[in-house]
Amino acid sequence: MNKVTIYLAILLLAVSVFTACKQERKLPFYGERHAETVKDAAGVEKIDTVYQTIPAWSFLNQDSVITTNKATDGKVYVADFFFTSCTTICPTMHRNLMTVYNDFITNPDVMFVSHTIDFKYDKPHVLKKYAQKLGVDGPKWLFLYGTKDSVYTLAEKNYLVAVGEDSTAKDGYIHQGYLVLIDKDRRIRGAYDGTKADQVEQLKKDIPVLLAEYKK
Amino acid sequence: MRKYIINALLFISLVAIIVSCQNQETIDLQNYMSNGKDIYKAKCQNCHGENGEGLRQLAPPLTDSVFLKVNKSRLACFIKNGANESLVVNGKEYKEKMPAFPELADIDVAQVMVYITNSFGNKQGFVPYSQVSKDLENCK
Repeated sequence: MNKVTIYLAILLLAVSVFTACKQERKLPFYGERHAETVKDAAGVEKIDTVYQTIPAWSFLNQDSVITTNKATDGKVYVADFFFTSCTTICPTMHRNLMTVYNDFITNPDVMFVSHTIDFKYDKPHVLKKYAQKLGVDGPKWLFLYGTKDSVYTLAEKNYLVAVGEDSTAKDGYIHQGYLVLIDKDRRIRGAYDGTKADQVEQLKKDIPVLLAEYKK
Repeated sequence: MRKYIINALLFISLVAIIVSCQNQETIDLQNYMSNGKDIYKAKCQNCHGENGEGLRQLAPPLTDSVFLKVNKSRLACFIKNGANESLVVNGKEYKEKMPAFPELADIDVAQVMVYITNSFGNKQGFVPYSQVSKDLENCK
């Protein structure tokens, strides 16, 4: 009798350990957050956490077509800031990002958005040529052109990526090489250094985790 | 008898000179290769890739031994002054501008050039830095 109880206890322990292990991984939320009182569907007031989101934007894409945040509706996307004449970190960033792009090329829920910070030279036709030469031309990977103000504000305030003009830098601009992962509700869910292969591998693992959140 | 000894000594010292010369060149090559690799990582790898594979149509690969051989005397100029002309590498045309690296001294250019021309499937051997200095004076 005693033996049976012990066996049962061990079995229960084993089961609970296994189920605990199966708990799904969830990506963190980045940026500022605040509590807000909201009404749920039944009209009951409750307090909820509101996370920082990417605001509405409107830029010209590589085909000189006005493109807004609507293009990313219902998709998770990876955003980054670069410029075409950059000889330092951008080629490495986009070399790595291209491998992510190729991994998710058949998944319609994943998009890529690259903003140029070279508002003087990187007009849409320059971006078009760059995209073609990179071999990724198409609506899945947007290359966006905007005014200095709009792009720089979006980078620093919303995507939390530092960018700037710097006459002492070799190519005239400085910026961080983050690949920022945005969910379908426009919240920041990850930032990966695009120049480091291991962080880019992590991004490849995290995109399916984020997509799984929306499958339930 | 004495003649034989003197001849033998001469012969031995000649052989020794040749052997030590080769050794010096091998040592130089190794030096250039290891320093050149560091410079490559810092200045070239971003665009040309870890294994010299290039970046699609944006940056040419460094694996075209024929191109490297034909343009051998111009390689130093490309490295130091960049390139602003269309180049055909591996049968493909590349039109993007390559930036200049004026901060590289002649010896740096020589080292990175020796590294590139003896890596990624290339095997052109050693080029002394005096030759590279001469090449650099004749840049267009």
